[in-house]
Amino acid sequence: MRNPAIITDWQTAPQLLSALLFACEFNYDRRNWATYVMYNQIVRLGRSVSDGLRGVGEIAILLWQCIKWLTRGLPYKRETIQQFYFIGVQSLPVILTTGAFTGAVLAYTSYNQFVTLGVESWTGAIVAKAQVWQLGPVLVGLMLAGRVGCSITAELGTMNVTEQVDALDTMGTDPVRYLVLPRVLASFFMTPVLTVFAMLIGIIAGLVMTVFILGAEWHFQWSQIEDWMVPYDYVQGLSKGLVFGVTISLICCRNGLKTTGGAEGVGKATTAANVSSCIAILILNLVMSILLFYLEPVWDTVAYAVDTAWLTLVGWVRALFGSGAL
Amino acid sequence: MSADDLETLRKDGTPLDESGLDAALAEGPVCDEDVVIRLDDVCKGFGSGSRRIDPVKGITLLVERGKTLVIIGPSGTGKSVTLRLMLGLLEPDSGEVTVFGQKLSALDNVQLGEIRKRMAMLFQGGALFDSMTVGENVAFPMRAAGEKDEDKIQSVVAERLRQVGLPDTQDKMPSELSGGMKKRAALARSIATRPEVILYDEPTTGLDPIMSDAIADLILDTHASLKDTNVTSIVVTHDMHVATKVGDRIVMLYGGRIVGDGPPELYRRLGTEELPKDASDMDRMIRQFVRGEADGPIQTVA
Repeated sequence: MRNPAIITDWQTAPQLLSALLFACEFNYDRRNWATYVMYNQIVRLGRSVSDGLRGVGEIAILLWQCIKWLTRGLPYKRETIQQFYFIGVQSLPVILTTGAFTGAVLAYTSYNQFVTLGVESWTGAIVAKAQVWQLGPVLVGLMLAGRVGCSITAELGTMNVTEQVDALDTMGTDPVRYLVLPRVLASFFMTPVLTVFAMLIGIIAGLVMTVFILGAEWHFQWSQIEDWMVPYDYVQGLSKGLVFGVTISLICCRNGLKTTGGAEGVGKATTAANVSSCIAILILNLVMSILLFYLEPVWDTVAYAVDTAWLTLVGWVRALFGSGAL
Repeated sequence: MSADDLETLRKDGTPLDESGLDAALAEGPVCDEDVVIRLDDVCKGFGSGSRRIDPVKGITLLVERGKTLVIIGPSGTGKSVTLRLMLGLLEPDSGEVTVFGQKLSALDNVQLGEIRKRMAMLFQGGALFDSMTVGENVAFPMRAAGEKDEDKIQSVVAERLRQVGLPDTQDKMPSELSGGMKKRAALARSIATRPEVILYDEPTTGLDPIMSDAIADLILDTHASLKDTNVTSIVVTHDMHVATKVGDRIVMLYGGRIVGDGPPELYRRLGTEELPKDASDMDRMIRQFVRGEADGPIQTVA
């Protein structure tokens, strides 16, 4: 005997998943409690996978629509400036606080460990590497997901349930162009900027902790940072910041525009957007870390080629001036 | 009142019940230029499987230019969905929606946007943008339509707000307005660009009877003031007082279908006079709804 309350959701799942769920449903026997529990778990899992895939698809479509609107003209000036201010300027205090305390605590912990090994001069460099590679972009991403992402979802969600998004549509104004594009653009440009601030303040706080509080030698700390840090480190950190920023805004805008069900719906959508953004940041961080590790030789080659071309150009210019041809 | 009287009343209006579109076109009460919106056997449902609901199950309707059409019916019978289908905010599952002679299904988003700029909708809750002042809200559709002359925008904003009885409210935020004032401000925004079609989604819901009557007057005034654009109004409401006051023609929906279509007089008489013994179920439904009775052919959920 089939339970009618739980048999229909396979219809919305992708085809393979549907087939699996259908097979389970076909063999379902309510009298068997274990089968009942297993069946429900499979349905739940299937629904989660299906929802997740649909969400990824919708976010990709949203990104595509944003790119399409960008090719048709500039975004709305006033909305875009407002979002740059909100996402960039107003997030600065929380980003600086997070970066400073993280850098300081990392320096404190590392120094006390390194001192026993006699390599306390590495502390500054370790803090700098960690801030630039991982902590800076990830913490900025997580803080923005909380501060900016929740705000975006709550605002757009409320607009959706109070028909303001429909009102935009009826006035011939595309909600993606008016609401989503400014937020995505602001995140795209401002997250790397905030990441730079988080990196810098983290390194500075680490140095302050090791030099002024723990009594380490400034010269050794700084020279290790200079020796260890290479331009590609900053490329890694900034590219992560850029991707995280766009991901947060797209996830949160999508959740906002899909909100239904009044105040409760807005609350649920905001929570879901925050959780999804944080998980997406952590997964993307791992994927990007691996990817960027393998791309380092490519970067080195490109950087070498650019460097060589630049030196050649400078050489030609010098030769041209030196020979008196000009 | 006899069954013949009722039939005569229907013919006095522009009778187009759900089965009568072809017949009506053949008789020619309206020609293509007179039709601003046309729904051909439109169906719309939501959800799937056991959770599926079908608020619109095959509506065929012509909306004539320059007239006020009122759509009435119990809650959940597809009135607001029909309005959204007319604006292209929802796509029908089957059937065709034609607006200004263009099939909405054949239009892309940009073309749809252009069609919508010729229309306006007054939403149930007003749907004023919270982050903007009342003045900015009213100015929004003009700016969206590409108007750059700020002086002209400000003078139109002042004029429209005065027209709806809200002078000197430009700088107020929507949260500072009462429910009735919000609807007036939203109406000012709707008429800012002098649209050819205005759709009102339950304009009097949540208002006291006096304010409801004031809003009905406002709808009539708006219709009169936009006579030069031959404006068409479509009003979705539960409020029979408003329906009979503003409507040139009233369509009643029940169960996702049209069950009644006629002039306001038909509804007034069905509501007040005794029904003939051989009255149809549709007439009984209209009477039940107009009189607001729980007993009758319309099924209610307590």
